[in-house]
Amino acid sequence: MTTKFARHQVAFNTLLSREIRRFIRIWPQTLLPPAITMTLYFIIFGNLIGSKIGEMGGFNYTQYIAPGIIMMSVINNAYSNVASSFFSAKFQNHIEELIVAPVPNYLILAGYVAGGTARGLCVGLIVTLVSLFFTHLSIQHVFITISMVFLSAILFALGGFINAIYARNFDEISIIPTFILTPMTYLGGVFYSISLLPEFWQNVSLLNPILYMVNAFRYGMLGTSDIAVEIAFVIIILCIVSLTSFALYLLNKGTGIRN
Amino acid sequence: MKALSIQNLTKVYKNGFEALKGISLDVNQGDFFALLGPNGAGKSTTIGIITSLVTKSSGQVKVFDADIDIDSEAAKSYIGLVPQEFNFNGFEQVKHILISQAGYYGMPAHEAEPRADELLLQLGLWEKRHTPSRALSGGMKRRLMIARALVHKPQLLILDEPTAGVDIELRRSMWLFLQAINAQGTTIILTTHYLEEAENLCRNIAIIDKGLIVENTDMKSLLNRLDKETFILDLKSPLPADFTLSGFNLHRLDNTTLEVELKRGEGLNTLFTALSLQGIEVSSMKNKANRLEELFLALVDKSEATL
Repeated sequence: MTTKFARHQVAFNTLLSREIRRFIRIWPQTLLPPAITMTLYFIIFGNLIGSKIGEMGGFNYTQYIAPGIIMMSVINNAYSNVASSFFSAKFQNHIEELIVAPVPNYLILAGYVAGGTARGLCVGLIVTLVSLFFTHLSIQHVFITISMVFLSAILFALGGFINAIYARNFDEISIIPTFILTPMTYLGGVFYSISLLPEFWQNVSLLNPILYMVNAFRYGMLGTSDIAVEIAFVIIILCIVSLTSFALYLLNKGTGIRN
Repeated sequence: MKALSIQNLTKVYKNGFEALKGISLDVNQGDFFALLGPNGAGKSTTIGIITSLVTKSSGQVKVFDADIDIDSEAAKSYIGLVPQEFNFNGFEQVKHILISQAGYYGMPAHEAEPRADELLLQLGLWEKRHTPSRALSGGMKRRLMIARALVHKPQLLILDEPTAGVDIELRRSMWLFLQAINAQGTTIILTTHYLEEAENLCRNIAIIDKGLIVENTDMKSLLNRLDKETFILDLKSPLPADFTLSGFNLHRLDNTTLEVELKRGEGLNTLFTALSLQGIEVSSMKNKANRLEELFLALVDKSEATL
């Protein structure tokens, strides 16, 4: 007789491996585009424009933007993996496979978020390897680098999950990435230090959580940051706790998945 | 032991539609139970509530004594569901669908793999095990849904119109398969529009209409309530022009076909003897309509008249 814990572990592993199998199966849509897009970022912003910009924060421009570009790809992919996978499950009704099974809601959430995190990290690794063709990267603070990329992937996977719960069609899973996530990422200090901005816009930038992730990750790799890394961790952990609670509330209520 | 116990179950949808108006129902362990009703009667809502796909408004549902509100994990672990609509990931391979489903029920891969293989062989899907499910034919998709529902060895199998749209050959083979797993101890609840299917397979029956149970009894008792049956007789040679047979309600459909209405208690032997005396030989005979169909229509019409 297997214990409840063992059954839950099997269910979680099943869900996670199904999610990983999914994004590997469709690798031309999931793993290849970020590699190509980020290569173009490095060529255009890093090499061509960056050579005219000179140094930023004590590093050459390609080196300076590399952590932000890696983080941007992690965030986007963690988000879109869960948003599209969970919405597809709703759209094709195969979410019912999970609802009828003895899988508690927190495990459904954990499985999808782990799947999104796995894709985010996988793409992050690919983009890191791509960046090595354009610049030298070293990791100054290993724990901060790894924990920050991991937590950021979890946070945006949670965001993708909530988006998918509310989405009623495919348009509604692209609205938030297009109109909110992408502008926030570009304004989150991926390509510049906020010290270049006037004071007012520096203060406005501090309201953007992506700024904290990008800078804390950059601190982990390069040892330079516009913000205090401790604050970044507190903000991200608070956001994760809030979004997890909200996602579980929606699942328990059956929003978007049960009549 | 009761495989399923439903007490005063109600469901009112957000738009105000009252799908269930307080139904109560028991299904014994090992039973082959038919849940019948016209479209929109509340069958799928009832199944949805039992399987947690639909949230009930009030009432109690227990599956093998596990309350779906108090111990939903235990209740769910007893159930295998074959839904009305195809609901698997069209891009996943057939075998992966089965192994994943087993995994959700806590069955590790080393147990799930042989179980999946066993079901794929039994249901004639072995050759398609590496095919994405969207590439299967309609009949194969139906069989895949049955395999998926059985992969974790459920004690209660619920089939919501499992043979809708499948050809007669496949339907018959599915009947044999379901009878075999029922004989091995699996309780089965079946909804179907093919009343012949319910009559052939099920021992007990409930008929639901407009959110109310209008009949809940064993199949034999229900069929015994028929006070008349109509048969179609095919004759070996054409009837004489002046043919009559007193004492029987006969209609000549054409020269070689007779329709006969027999009251309850009127034996077929008497009819055949009377026909033989006139030199008329019967080559074959069939019911004009399925017996359960006649009762079903009568019960549903009656409930309509009382509402």
